[in-house]
Amino acid sequence: MGYKAKFRVWRGEGGEGQLEDFTVEVNEGEVVLDVIHRLQATQAPDLAVRWNCKAGKCGSCSMEINGRPRLGCMTRMSTFEETETITVTPMRTFPVIKDLVCDVSFNYQKAREIPSFTPPKDVKPGEYRMQQIDVERSQEFRKCIECFMCNNVCHVIRDHDENKPAFAGPRFLMRIAELDMHPYDELDRKESAQEEHGLGYCNITKCCTEVCPEHIKITDNALIPMKERVVDRKYDPLVWLGSKIFKRSGV
Amino acid sequence: MERHEYDVVVIGAGGAGLRAAIEARQQGKRTAIICKSLFGKAHTVMAEGGAAAAMGNVNSDDNWMVHFRDTMRGGKFLNNWRMAELHAKEAPDRVWELEEWGALFDRTKDGKISQRNFGGHEYPRLAHVGDRTGLELIRTLQQRVVALQQEDEREHGDPEAFIKVFAECTITRLLKDGDAIAGAFGYWRETGDFIVFDAPAVVLATGGIGKSYVVTSNSWEYTGDGHALAVLAGAKLINMEFIQFHPTGMVWPPSVRGILVTESVRGDGGVLRNSEGRRFMFDYVPDVFKDKYATTEEEGDRWYTDQANNRRPPELLPRDEVARAINSEVKAGRGSPQGGVFLDVSSRLPAAEIIKRLPSMHHQFKELADVDITREPMQVGPTCHYIMGGVEVDADTGAASVPGLFAAGEVSGGMHGSNRLGGNSLSDLLVFGRRAGLGASAYVDGLPARPAAAEVADAKAEALAPLERTGGENPYEVHHELQRTMNDLVGIIRKAGEISEALQVVEKLKERSKNTGSSGSRVYNPGWHLAIDLRNMLLVSECVARAALLREESRGGHTRDDFPVMSADWRQKLLVCAAAPDGSGVTVEEKVQPSMRGDLISLFERSELEKYLTEDELAEYDAAVKES
Repeated sequence: MGYKAKFRVWRGEGGEGQLEDFTVEVNEGEVVLDVIHRLQATQAPDLAVRWNCKAGKCGSCSMEINGRPRLGCMTRMSTFEETETITVTPMRTFPVIKDLVCDVSFNYQKAREIPSFTPPKDVKPGEYRMQQIDVERSQEFRKCIECFMCNNVCHVIRDHDENKPAFAGPRFLMRIAELDMHPYDELDRKESAQEEHGLGYCNITKCCTEVCPEHIKITDNALIPMKERVVDRKYDPLVWLGSKIFKRSGV
Repeated sequence: MERHEYDVVVIGAGGAGLRAAIEARQQGKRTAIICKSLFGKAHTVMAEGGAAAAMGNVNSDDNWMVHFRDTMRGGKFLNNWRMAELHAKEAPDRVWELEEWGALFDRTKDGKISQRNFGGHEYPRLAHVGDRTGLELIRTLQQRVVALQQEDEREHGDPEAFIKVFAECTITRLLKDGDAIAGAFGYWRETGDFIVFDAPAVVLATGGIGKSYVVTSNSWEYTGDGHALAVLAGAKLINMEFIQFHPTGMVWPPSVRGILVTESVRGDGGVLRNSEGRRFMFDYVPDVFKDKYATTEEEGDRWYTDQANNRRPPELLPRDEVARAINSEVKAGRGSPQGGVFLDVSSRLPAAEIIKRLPSMHHQFKELADVDITREPMQVGPTCHYIMGGVEVDADTGAASVPGLFAAGEVSGGMHGSNRLGGNSLSDLLVFGRRAGLGASAYVDGLPARPAAAEVADAKAEALAPLERTGGENPYEVHHELQRTMNDLVGIIRKAGEISEALQVVEKLKERSKNTGSSGSRVYNPGWHLAIDLRNMLLVSECVARAALLREESRGGHTRDDFPVMSADWRQKLLVCAAAPDGSGVTVEEKVQPSMRGDLISLFERSELEKYLTEDELAEYDAAVKES
């Protein structure tokens, strides 16, 4: 059942590194993360990799396997030919700390830039009433396990560090959509999505949706509806007028 | 060396840790959250079912007293009753406040939080979001921390002025000033550099110990850090012999060994078979349940459609019975190829029905095991899931016996007694996370002066030792042997001889762990980190084994083959573990569990209490009832 697989794993720290070749045992039913763990236990004890749950629920073991962003714990070895060399590299969009581990602090920075959930002040805990159908839209986005592979794959920042300050990435544009669709959120988030968080950079190539391990329809259900709302807001004179009156009345 | 001053340092960033930190910050304390992984990845994300809280949204008969009774029954009356009381009373408020922070639970038709049925809960009680409630909980708390940081940025110009997350940072020692806590010492994973926190109060919220076992539903972080840190700092652990093994975890493929398979599979008709194709559970119905369970497959099968005239199939016996039976079949050589038994639903329901009723199980086996559960059986076996034991704390404040030390969540002990009910963990960490945050804040307010942390040179030398031993033993091998030993000898079924053997092995492994060496640099070096974690796993494993050897009865998560009966005398006794500051000389002492308050014990019928209490305790009960 077992066989010897050829792995090429990116190794290095401090901005330098190279692909290293390994021959490693693979047993039936294993996933790429199992093989990385076997390398740690037998050949490379200091090989750095992030992981936690090993069940596709925490989003820690994001890596690029043969150039595709994947969760190591959800990529079965049986999807490769036994003779195939499997190349494992860290996510490309974020600076590498060591081996397969990246500095993903960009994402935590962006999370802090999105204004938090803002409910009305007069609704007390226990008094929230929402219909299932109204919470389902935001619930889809809250399935996100923050593996950051959508931000990793997004071409706006993948090879363009210069766009990073102005672009929150699919993960956090989706967070804005999630809050915007929350039945009790009171902030108007459309203008800031466009002006402050870079929604306009997205040209809906759907790469983020393709790599999402939770199968969230990021582009169709979050980003495109947000873009449509922004357009309505910007070019609909009635909405424009309403917003001016609303603001002036001081409500 | 990097050094920070805080009022409250919270070690652990799962549900309990985040809730404690939020509370400390809301009390105006400068708070540090120390997070072994990235922020938002803690083991809480794995929780599926929900958070138990008697809100009465689905059945208005539910209230805190019913929840309290269910919790005490689930723990076989060994629970710290004050904790069970606080938990049952406060859980609804803790769930409701999550909504204010942005949580989106599934709803009832009238727009309230929906609640689902679960084992041991009399009414539908679990607030949930599909089968990903833990993720919702941790994300909500994480986002609440961010909201507080945004508030601090507006008011103070610095988002981290009052609450800061130290991600991928591991604490290896608590620091003291005399008898009291004075801070914590640790290292950054990213650089291997050391870090010192000066703080008068530390809240432990580090979760469990599952990584001492081979087959576990727990993640790599669950190395008993908080349990060990507490003992090394002079605090006590209670109930360490009680570990919950869930009967049905995945056993194949190796990558997912231990991941839970929901009980609903059996509830919906799934049957357990051995390698001979026999529905072996019919051979394992204990005498006390004989009249409640079917004796033939035909009767068991009829129960699914006609529950009034038939008895339920023995696959639906309590979890400990099923786990014990699976264990026996495997030991007798009648297991499945990968060391479990077969759980088959494919021959019981049409494919479309399986996909409709068990979508996540269908998905889980298809994605991870390449098994189509509509066509073939699953392989399952018991998996180490949760430790009921932990740091002995004051119920109201979470305070441990060491001044300035607090604990909440899985790392604390007492709340769940000998066995935890599903759904009571998420509510536990909200209720007692908040209380520990409050307790720590009040403690800081009451201090006349800040303590001064003692010398950290010893802690530094201890942490660096594995890197300095060139050519030492591979820590992965020591870890693996510990996992095998605990799994085989202090697992679901225990015997005095096997536990003693385990203690001998642990003793040898302790020596070997002192000679483990880690190659490579200090930068993100998992071999080094494991060598450091081994100290904690070995210490905790020793506590588990020593307590398990002493408790000569079977109760909840502690099954002794040589003492198969529950004993009323043992119910009154808690086993308390302590050790020297270097982890040597682990002692286990008996301590009397205080009797339940009169108004609480009066909530039970005498006939039920007779199964658990001694004659003397029943006399106290009669007096309490008379008084009320």
